[in-house]
Amino acid sequence: MPLTQQDIDAEIAAEHAAYLKRVAGGAPVEHHPRRDYAPYRSSLLRHPKRPPVAIDVRHDPELVELSSPAFGERDLSALDNDLTRQHTGEPVGERITVSGRLLDRDGRAVRGQLVEIWQANSAGRYAHRREQHDAPLDPNFTGVGRTLSDDDGRYRFTTVRPGPYPWRNHVGAWRPAHIHFSVFGSAFTQRLVTQMYFPNDPLFPYDPILQSVTDDAARRRLVATYDHDLSVPEFSLGYHWDIVLDGPSATWIEEGR
Amino acid sequence: MTRIDTTGPGRVPPTPSHTVGPFYGYALPFPGGEDIAPAGHPDAVTVHGYVYDGEGAPLPDALVELWGPDPEGGTPSMDGSLRRDPASGGFLGRNGVEFTGFGRIQTDANGHWYARTLRPGARGRSAPYVSVCVFARGLLVHLYTRIYLPDDATALAADPLLARLPAERRDTLVAADEGRGTYRFDIRLQGEGETVFLEFQ
Ligand SMILES: [Fe+3]
Repeated sequence: MPLTQQDIDAEIAAEHAAYLKRVAGGAPVEHHPRRDYAPYRSSLLRHPKRPPVAIDVRHDPELVELSSPAFGERDLSALDNDLTRQHTGEPVGERITVSGRLLDRDGRAVRGQLVEIWQANSAGRYAHRREQHDAPLDPNFTGVGRTLSDDDGRYRFTTVRPGPYPWRNHVGAWRPAHIHFSVFGSAFTQRLVTQMYFPNDPLFPYDPILQSVTDDAARRRLVATYDHDLSVPEFSLGYHWDIVLDGPSATWIEEGR
Repeated sequence: MTRIDTTGPGRVPPTPSHTVGPFYGYALPFPGGEDIAPAGHPDAVTVHGYVYDGEGAPLPDALVELWGPDPEGGTPSMDGSLRRDPASGGFLGRNGVEFTGFGRIQTDANGHWYARTLRPGARGRSAPYVSVCVFARGLLVHLYTRIYLPDDATALAADPLLARLPAERRDTLVAADEGRGTYRFDIRLQGEGETVFLEFQ
Protein backbone atom coordinates (compact mmCIF):
# COMPACT_ATOMS: atom_id res chain seq x y z
CA MET A 1 0.00 0.00 0.00
CA PRO A 2 1.51 3.33 -0.97
CA LEU A 3 1.73 5.78 1.90
CA THR A 4 -0.98 8.45 1.66
CA GLN A 5 -1.26 11.97 3.03
CA GLN A 6 -3.91 10.63 5.44
CA ASP A 7 -1.40 8.15 6.86
CA ILE A 8 1.15 10.92 7.36
CA ASP A 9 -1.45 13.28 8.83
CA ALA A 10 -2.36 10.65 11.44
CA GLU A 11 1.30 10.14 12.35
CA ILE A 12 1.90 13.89 12.60
CA ALA A 13 -1.14 14.27 14.88
CA ALA A 14 0.02 11.39 17.08
CA GLU A 15 3.53 12.88 17.43
CA HIS A 16 2.05 16.27 18.29
CA ALA A 17 -0.30 14.78 20.89
CA ALA A 18 2.55 12.80 22.42
CA TYR A 19 4.62 15.97 22.71
CA LEU A 20 1.79 17.91 24.38
CA LYS A 21 1.36 15.06 26.83
CA ARG A 22 5.08 15.06 27.66
CA VAL A 23 5.03 18.80 28.31
CA ALA A 24 1.86 18.54 30.41
CA GLY A 25 3.69 15.91 32.44
CA GLY A 26 6.49 18.37 33.18
CA ALA A 27 8.91 17.56 30.33
CA PRO A 28 10.87 20.52 28.93
CA VAL A 29 9.83 22.47 25.83
CA GLU A 30 11.47 20.98 22.72
CA HIS A 31 12.79 23.78 20.54
CA HIS A 32 14.32 21.43 17.96
CA PRO A 33 12.92 18.39 16.16
CA ARG A 34 13.68 14.94 17.47
CA ARG A 35 16.01 13.21 15.05
CA ASP A 36 13.71 10.20 15.25
CA TYR A 37 10.55 11.50 13.55
CA ALA A 38 8.84 8.74 11.59
CA PRO A 39 6.49 10.90 9.45
CA TYR A 40 9.67 12.11 7.71
CA ARG A 41 10.61 8.71 6.31
CA SER A 42 14.24 9.57 5.50
CA SER A 43 14.89 9.93 9.24
CA LEU A 44 14.16 6.25 9.97
CA LEU A 45 17.61 4.83 9.20
CA ARG A 46 19.57 8.02 9.72
CA HIS A 47 19.03 8.88 13.37
CA PRO A 48 21.24 7.53 16.16
CA LYS A 49 19.45 5.18 18.55
CA ARG A 50 21.76 5.95 21.44
CA PRO A 51 21.43 9.24 23.29
CA PRO A 52 24.19 11.76 22.56
CA VAL A 53 27.00 12.03 25.09
CA ALA A 54 26.73 15.37 26.88
CA ILE A 55 29.73 17.64 27.20
CA ASP A 56 29.49 20.44 29.75
CA VAL A 57 31.64 23.13 28.17
CA ARG A 58 32.09 24.94 31.47
CA HIS A 59 34.50 22.21 32.51
CA ASP A 60 36.88 23.02 29.68
CA PRO A 61 37.12 26.47 28.10
CA GLU A 62 39.82 25.17 25.74
CA LEU A 63 37.50 22.95 23.70
CA VAL A 64 38.03 23.55 20.01
CA GLU A 65 34.21 23.46 19.58
CA LEU A 66 34.02 26.73 21.56
CA SER A 67 35.72 28.53 18.71
CA SER A 68 34.51 28.74 15.16
CA PRO A 69 35.94 29.03 11.67
CA ALA A 70 36.46 32.60 10.48
CA PHE A 71 34.96 33.98 7.28
CA GLY A 72 35.74 37.34 5.76
CA GLU A 73 35.19 39.62 2.83
CA ARG A 74 37.44 37.57 0.57
CA ASP A 75 35.05 34.62 1.05
CA LEU A 76 32.37 36.66 -0.73
CA SER A 77 32.00 38.35 -4.06
CA ALA A 78 30.00 41.52 -4.45
CA LEU A 79 26.81 39.95 -5.82
CA ASP A 80 26.69 36.94 -3.53
CA ASN A 81 23.73 38.30 -1.57
CA ASP A 82 21.74 39.28 -4.67
CA LEU A 83 20.47 36.09 -6.28
CA THR A 84 18.71 38.05 -9.03
CA ARG A 85 21.96 39.41 -10.50
CA GLN A 86 24.15 36.35 -10.86
CA HIS A 87 23.36 35.77 -14.54
CA THR A 88 23.11 37.90 -17.64
CA GLY A 89 19.30 38.07 -17.47
CA GLU A 90 16.70 38.50 -14.78
CA PRO A 91 15.15 35.45 -13.13
CA VAL A 92 11.42 34.87 -13.47
CA GLY A 93 9.39 35.31 -10.30
CA GLU A 94 8.32 37.62 -7.54
CA ARG A 95 11.35 39.57 -6.28
CA ILE A 96 11.77 39.55 -2.51
CA THR A 97 14.09 41.08 0.06
CA VAL A 98 14.82 38.80 3.01
CA SER A 99 16.51 40.35 6.02
CA GLY A 100 16.83 39.86 9.74
CA ARG A 101 19.29 39.63 12.60
CA LEU A 102 21.57 36.85 13.74
CA LEU A 103 21.32 36.62 17.54
CA ASP A 104 22.46 34.36 20.36
CA ARG A 105 20.29 33.00 23.17
CA ASP A 106 21.04 36.12 25.21
CA GLY A 107 19.65 38.28 22.41
CA ARG A 108 23.05 39.69 21.45
CA ALA A 109 24.03 40.35 17.86
CA VAL A 110 26.28 37.70 16.31
CA ARG A 111 28.64 39.67 14.10
CA GLY A 112 30.73 38.86 11.05
CA GLN A 113 29.44 35.31 10.63
CA LEU A 114 28.73 33.48 7.40
CA VAL A 115 25.08 33.14 6.34
CA GLU A 116 24.49 30.88 3.30
CA ILE A 117 21.18 30.24 1.54
CA TRP A 118 19.93 28.00 -1.26
CA GLN A 119 16.47 27.57 -2.71
CA ALA A 120 14.29 26.38 -5.59
CA ASN A 121 13.39 28.81 -8.36
CA SER A 122 9.96 30.43 -8.63
CA ALA A 123 8.60 27.29 -10.32
CA GLY A 124 9.76 25.04 -7.47
CA ARG A 125 12.80 23.56 -9.24
CA TYR A 126 16.32 23.32 -7.83
CA ALA A 127 19.31 23.84 -10.11
CA HIS A 128 20.60 20.46 -8.87
CA ARG A 129 21.34 17.67 -11.34
CA ARG A 130 19.54 15.01 -9.31
CA GLU A 131 16.36 17.06 -8.95
CA GLN A 132 13.58 15.06 -10.67
CA HIS A 133 10.69 17.52 -10.46
CA ASP A 134 9.97 18.52 -14.07
CA ALA A 135 9.10 22.17 -13.40
CA PRO A 136 11.10 24.49 -15.67
CA LEU A 137 14.67 25.43 -14.91
CA ASP A 138 15.43 29.15 -15.04
CA PRO A 139 18.69 29.91 -16.90
CA ASN A 140 18.91 33.17 -14.94
CA PHE A 141 18.57 31.67 -11.49
CA THR A 142 20.89 29.36 -9.58
CA GLY A 143 19.43 29.96 -6.14
CA VAL A 144 22.62 30.19 -4.06
CA GLY A 145 23.66 33.15 -1.92
CA ARG A 146 25.95 34.07 0.94
CA THR A 147 26.72 37.06 3.09
CA LEU A 148 28.30 38.06 6.41
CA SER A 149 26.24 39.38 9.31
CA ASP A 150 27.07 43.05 9.97
CA ASP A 151 27.97 44.78 13.25
CA ASP A 152 24.30 44.72 14.26
CA GLY A 153 24.03 41.00 13.37
CA ARG A 154 21.98 41.91 10.32
CA TYR A 155 21.93 40.01 7.02
CA ARG A 156 20.11 40.83 3.80
CA PHE A 157 19.37 38.94 0.58
CA THR A 158 17.62 39.87 -2.65
CA THR A 159 16.10 36.88 -4.42
CA VAL A 160 12.86 35.58 -5.93
CA ARG A 161 10.19 33.83 -3.93
CA PRO A 162 10.72 30.06 -4.30
CA GLY A 163 7.86 27.83 -5.43
CA PRO A 164 6.56 24.83 -3.50
CA TYR A 165 7.66 21.48 -4.90
CA PRO A 166 6.61 17.82 -4.74
CA TRP A 167 8.79 15.16 -3.13
CA ARG A 168 8.51 11.45 -2.56
CA ASN A 169 7.96 11.05 1.16
CA HIS A 170 4.41 9.82 0.43
CA VAL A 171 1.81 10.13 -2.34
CA GLY A 172 0.95 13.79 -2.79
CA ALA A 173 3.79 15.14 -0.66
CA TRP A 174 4.52 18.83 -1.34
CA ARG A 175 7.02 21.00 0.48
CA PRO A 176 5.77 24.47 1.42
CA ALA A 177 7.91 27.19 -0.18
CA HIS A 178 11.10 27.65 1.81
CA ILE A 179 14.64 29.00 1.72
CA HIS A 180 17.41 26.85 3.19
CA PHE A 181 19.77 28.67 5.58
CA SER A 182 23.19 27.62 6.87
CA VAL A 183 24.63 29.78 9.65
CA PHE A 184 27.83 29.88 11.70
CA GLY A 185 28.05 31.43 15.14
CA SER A 186 30.98 32.44 17.31
CA ALA A 187 31.33 28.80 18.45
CA PHE A 188 31.13 25.59 16.40
CA THR A 189 28.53 24.43 18.97
CA GLN A 190 26.15 27.09 17.58
CA ARG A 191 26.18 25.73 14.03
CA LEU A 192 22.70 25.81 12.51
CA VAL A 193 21.15 24.57 9.27
CA THR A 194 17.46 25.28 8.91
CA GLN A 195 14.70 26.50 6.58
CA MET A 196 12.70 29.74 6.44
CA TYR A 197 9.03 29.61 5.41
CA PHE A 198 6.60 32.24 4.13
CA PRO A 199 3.52 33.36 6.10
CA ASN A 200 0.13 31.67 5.64
CA ASP A 201 1.29 28.85 3.39
CA PRO A 202 -1.60 26.33 3.11
CA LEU A 203 0.88 23.43 2.93
CA PHE A 204 2.16 23.86 6.51
CA PRO A 205 -0.07 21.24 8.19
CA TYR A 206 0.74 18.58 5.57
CA ASP A 207 4.53 18.85 5.67
CA PRO A 208 6.30 16.33 7.92
CA ILE A 209 9.54 18.32 7.83
CA LEU A 210 8.00 21.51 9.24
CA GLN A 211 5.79 19.48 11.59
CA SER A 212 8.86 17.66 12.94
CA VAL A 213 9.15 20.78 15.11
CA THR A 214 6.33 19.64 17.39
CA ASP A 215 6.27 22.74 19.61
CA ASP A 216 3.79 25.26 18.14
CA ALA A 217 5.72 28.37 19.20
CA ALA A 218 9.02 26.95 17.95
CA ARG A 219 7.46 26.11 14.58
CA ARG A 220 6.18 29.68 14.23
CA ARG A 221 9.75 30.91 14.60
CA LEU A 222 10.55 29.29 11.25
CA VAL A 223 8.02 31.48 9.44
CA ALA A 224 9.14 34.92 8.21
CA THR A 225 6.99 38.01 8.71
CA TYR A 226 5.92 40.22 5.83
CA ASP A 227 7.59 43.58 6.48
CA HIS A 228 6.39 46.50 4.43
CA ASP A 229 9.33 48.62 5.60
CA LEU A 230 11.68 46.08 3.97
CA SER A 231 9.77 46.13 0.70
CA VAL A 232 11.58 48.16 -1.93
CA PRO A 233 9.21 50.44 -3.89
CA GLU A 234 8.62 49.18 -7.43
CA PHE A 235 11.13 46.39 -6.89
CA SER A 236 10.55 43.77 -4.16
CA LEU A 237 8.43 42.58 -1.24
CA GLY A 238 10.13 42.39 2.15
CA TYR A 239 10.27 39.51 4.63
CA HIS A 240 11.81 39.76 8.07
CA TRP A 241 13.33 36.71 9.71
CA ASP A 242 15.53 36.77 12.82
CA ILE A 243 17.71 33.74 13.55
CA VAL A 244 18.61 32.76 17.12
CA LEU A 245 21.57 30.40 17.49
CA ASP A 246 21.42 27.70 20.14
CA GLY A 247 24.30 25.92 21.83
CA PRO A 248 26.80 27.19 24.36
CA SER A 249 29.37 29.79 23.35
CA ALA A 250 32.58 30.93 24.95
CA THR A 251 31.31 34.38 25.94
CA TRP A 252 30.91 33.38 29.58
CA ILE A 253 34.71 33.29 29.78
CA GLU A 254 34.93 36.94 28.82
CA GLU A 255 32.24 37.83 31.32
CA GLY A 256 34.16 36.05 34.05
CA ARG A 257 37.23 38.19 33.55
CA MET B 1 6.72 35.92 15.72
CA THR B 2 9.85 36.14 13.69
CA ARG B 3 11.07 39.55 14.78
CA ILE B 4 12.70 38.36 17.96
CA ASP B 5 12.02 40.47 21.03
CA THR B 6 15.32 40.93 22.82
CA THR B 7 14.07 43.47 25.36
CA GLY B 8 12.47 41.02 27.81
CA PRO B 9 14.27 39.26 30.64
CA GLY B 10 15.63 35.74 30.25
CA ARG B 11 16.89 33.71 27.38
CA VAL B 12 15.64 34.08 23.83
CA PRO B 13 14.18 30.87 22.36
CA PRO B 14 16.30 29.45 19.52
CA THR B 15 15.47 28.97 15.85
CA PRO B 16 14.70 25.26 15.34
CA SER B 17 17.03 23.13 13.24
CA HIS B 18 15.90 21.48 9.99
CA THR B 19 17.43 18.92 7.67
CA VAL B 20 19.94 20.08 5.06
CA GLY B 21 17.78 18.18 2.53
CA PRO B 22 18.95 16.47 -0.66
CA PHE B 23 19.72 19.50 -2.83
CA TYR B 24 22.45 21.43 -1.00
CA GLY B 25 25.10 19.91 -3.26
CA TYR B 26 25.32 22.82 -5.65
CA ALA B 27 25.27 25.36 -2.81
CA LEU B 28 27.37 24.34 0.18
CA PRO B 29 30.39 22.30 -1.01
CA PHE B 30 33.20 24.39 -2.47
CA PRO B 31 36.32 23.53 -4.50
CA GLY B 32 39.18 22.58 -2.20
CA GLY B 33 36.82 22.05 0.72
CA GLU B 34 38.71 18.85 1.51
CA ASP B 35 42.20 20.37 1.14
CA ILE B 36 42.52 22.13 4.47
CA ALA B 37 46.29 21.63 4.86
CA PRO B 38 48.48 24.19 3.09
CA ALA B 39 50.25 22.61 0.12
CA GLY B 40 53.41 20.70 1.03
CA HIS B 41 53.03 21.21 4.79
CA PRO B 42 55.08 18.58 6.69
CA ASP B 43 52.33 18.05 9.32
CA ALA B 44 49.59 17.20 6.81
CA VAL B 45 47.51 14.09 7.45
CA THR B 46 44.75 12.46 5.42
CA VAL B 47 41.56 11.38 7.19
CA HIS B 48 38.92 9.47 5.27
CA GLY B 49 36.04 7.09 5.65
CA TYR B 50 32.44 6.26 4.88
CA VAL B 51 29.15 7.46 6.35
CA TYR B 52 26.68 4.57 6.90
CA ASP B 53 22.99 4.40 7.76
CA GLY B 54 21.25 1.93 10.10
CA GLU B 55 21.32 -0.83 7.47
CA GLY B 56 24.99 -0.35 6.74
CA ALA B 57 24.28 1.39 3.44
CA PRO B 58 26.68 4.23 2.61
CA LEU B 59 25.20 7.74 2.31
CA PRO B 60 25.95 9.36 -1.06
CA ASP B 61 24.50 12.67 0.16
CA ALA B 62 26.05 13.36 3.56
CA LEU B 63 27.95 16.56 4.26
CA VAL B 64 30.90 16.43 6.63
CA GLU B 65 32.38 19.58 8.15
CA LEU B 66 35.73 19.52 9.94
CA TRP B 67 37.06 22.10 12.38
CA GLY B 68 40.39 21.54 14.05
CA PRO B 69 43.30 23.29 15.74
CA ASP B 70 46.73 23.76 14.21
CA PRO B 71 49.63 21.44 15.19
CA GLU B 72 50.46 23.69 18.15
CA GLY B 73 46.87 23.45 19.43
CA GLY B 74 45.95 26.98 18.42
CA THR B 75 42.52 27.70 16.98
CA PRO B 76 42.86 29.28 13.53
CA SER B 77 41.44 32.78 13.15
CA MET B 78 42.21 33.04 9.43
CA ASP B 79 39.36 33.43 6.95
CA GLY B 80 39.73 32.38 3.32
CA SER B 81 38.37 28.81 3.27
CA LEU B 82 36.07 29.65 0.36
CA ARG B 83 37.73 32.61 -1.32
CA ARG B 84 35.84 34.11 -4.22
CA ASP B 85 37.24 35.51 -7.44
CA PRO B 86 35.99 39.07 -7.92
CA ALA B 87 36.65 38.77 -11.66
CA SER B 88 34.63 35.64 -12.43
CA GLY B 89 32.41 35.39 -9.35
CA GLY B 90 33.60 31.78 -9.03
CA PHE B 91 35.72 30.15 -6.37
CA LEU B 92 39.45 30.85 -6.09
CA GLY B 93 40.22 28.10 -3.61
CA ARG B 94 42.43 28.56 -0.56
CA ASN B 95 45.56 30.64 -0.90
CA GLY B 96 47.92 27.67 -0.43
CA VAL B 97 49.77 28.85 2.66
CA GLU B 98 47.24 29.87 5.30
CA PHE B 99 45.52 27.32 7.55
CA THR B 100 41.85 28.12 8.22
CA GLY B 101 41.14 24.88 10.09
CA PHE B 102 37.79 24.49 8.34
CA GLY B 103 36.79 21.99 5.70
CA ARG B 104 33.53 20.89 4.11
CA ILE B 105 33.16 17.70 2.09
CA GLN B 106 30.20 15.96 0.52
CA THR B 107 30.39 12.16 0.47
CA ASP B 108 30.80 10.77 -3.03
CA ALA B 109 28.47 8.31 -4.81
CA ASN B 110 29.97 5.48 -2.71
CA GLY B 111 29.45 7.31 0.57
CA HIS B 112 33.17 8.03 0.92
CA TRP B 113 34.83 11.30 1.98
CA TYR B 114 38.39 12.40 2.64
CA ALA B 115 40.18 15.46 3.86
CA ARG B 116 43.80 16.53 4.04
CA THR B 117 44.37 18.65 7.10
CA LEU B 118 47.08 19.42 9.63
CA ARG B 119 47.71 17.06 12.49
CA PRO B 120 45.76 18.67 15.35
CA GLY B 121 47.61 19.74 18.49
CA ALA B 122 46.29 19.13 22.01
CA ARG B 123 44.24 21.79 23.79
CA GLY B 124 43.48 21.95 27.49
CA ARG B 125 43.05 18.50 29.01
CA SER B 126 41.90 16.89 25.76
CA ALA B 127 43.87 14.55 23.54
CA PRO B 128 44.31 15.95 20.01
CA TYR B 129 41.17 15.75 17.92
CA VAL B 130 39.36 17.30 14.98
CA SER B 131 35.74 18.33 15.56
CA VAL B 132 33.19 16.97 13.07
CA CYS B 133 29.68 18.07 12.15
CA VAL B 134 27.57 15.72 9.99
CA PHE B 135 24.59 16.80 7.90
CA ALA B 136 22.33 14.70 5.65
CA ARG B 137 18.92 14.38 4.15
CA GLY B 138 16.87 12.64 6.85
CA LEU B 139 18.88 14.15 9.67
CA LEU B 140 16.66 16.79 11.25
CA VAL B 141 19.44 18.07 13.50
CA HIS B 142 23.12 17.78 12.54
CA LEU B 143 25.40 15.52 14.57
CA TYR B 144 28.67 16.38 16.31
CA THR B 145 31.45 13.89 16.79
CA ARG B 146 35.26 13.96 17.05
CA ILE B 147 38.14 12.33 15.22
CA TYR B 148 40.88 11.44 17.66
CA LEU B 149 44.18 10.35 16.15
CA PRO B 150 45.53 7.11 17.66
CA ASP B 151 49.21 8.07 17.99
CA ASP B 152 49.51 9.04 21.67
CA ALA B 153 47.97 6.34 23.90
CA THR B 154 48.77 8.25 27.09
CA ALA B 155 46.97 11.37 25.90
CA LEU B 156 43.97 9.31 24.75
CA ALA B 157 43.75 7.57 28.12
CA ALA B 158 43.70 10.95 29.88
CA ASP B 159 41.11 12.54 27.60
CA PRO B 160 38.06 13.61 29.66
CA LEU B 161 35.53 12.45 27.05
CA LEU B 162 37.17 9.17 26.06
CA ALA B 163 37.72 8.25 29.72
CA ARG B 164 33.95 8.35 30.31
CA LEU B 165 33.11 5.89 27.52
CA PRO B 166 33.08 2.07 27.54
CA ALA B 167 35.84 0.67 25.35
CA GLU B 168 33.74 -0.35 22.36
CA ARG B 169 32.03 3.04 22.19
CA ARG B 170 35.28 4.90 22.73
CA ASP B 171 36.83 3.15 19.75
CA THR B 172 34.26 4.73 17.40
CA LEU B 173 35.97 8.10 18.03
CA VAL B 174 39.55 6.97 17.41
CA ALA B 175 40.70 6.83 13.80
CA ALA B 176 42.65 3.79 12.56
CA ASP B 177 46.25 4.39 11.46
CA GLU B 178 46.70 3.14 7.90
CA GLY B 179 50.31 4.31 7.66
CA ARG B 180 51.97 7.17 5.80
CA GLY B 181 49.89 9.76 7.60
CA THR B 182 46.55 8.32 6.52
CA TYR B 183 43.76 7.60 9.02
CA ARG B 184 40.43 5.85 8.54
CA PHE B 185 37.36 7.21 10.32
CA ASP B 186 33.92 5.79 9.49
CA ILE B 187 30.73 7.38 10.76
CA ARG B 188 27.83 5.04 11.59
CA LEU B 189 24.64 6.98 12.14
CA GLN B 190 22.66 4.11 13.65
CA GLY B 191 22.87 0.52 14.85
CA GLU B 192 25.82 -1.75 15.49
CA GLY B 193 29.01 0.21 16.06
CA GLU B 194 27.03 3.45 16.16
CA THR B 195 29.42 6.38 16.38
CA VAL B 196 29.43 8.37 19.61
CA PHE B 197 27.71 11.68 18.94
CA LEU B 198 28.05 14.67 21.23
CA GLU B 199 25.76 17.28 22.69
CA PHE B 200 27.32 20.47 24.04
CA GLN B 201 25.74 22.07 27.08
FE1 LIG C 1 14.22 22.38 -0.16
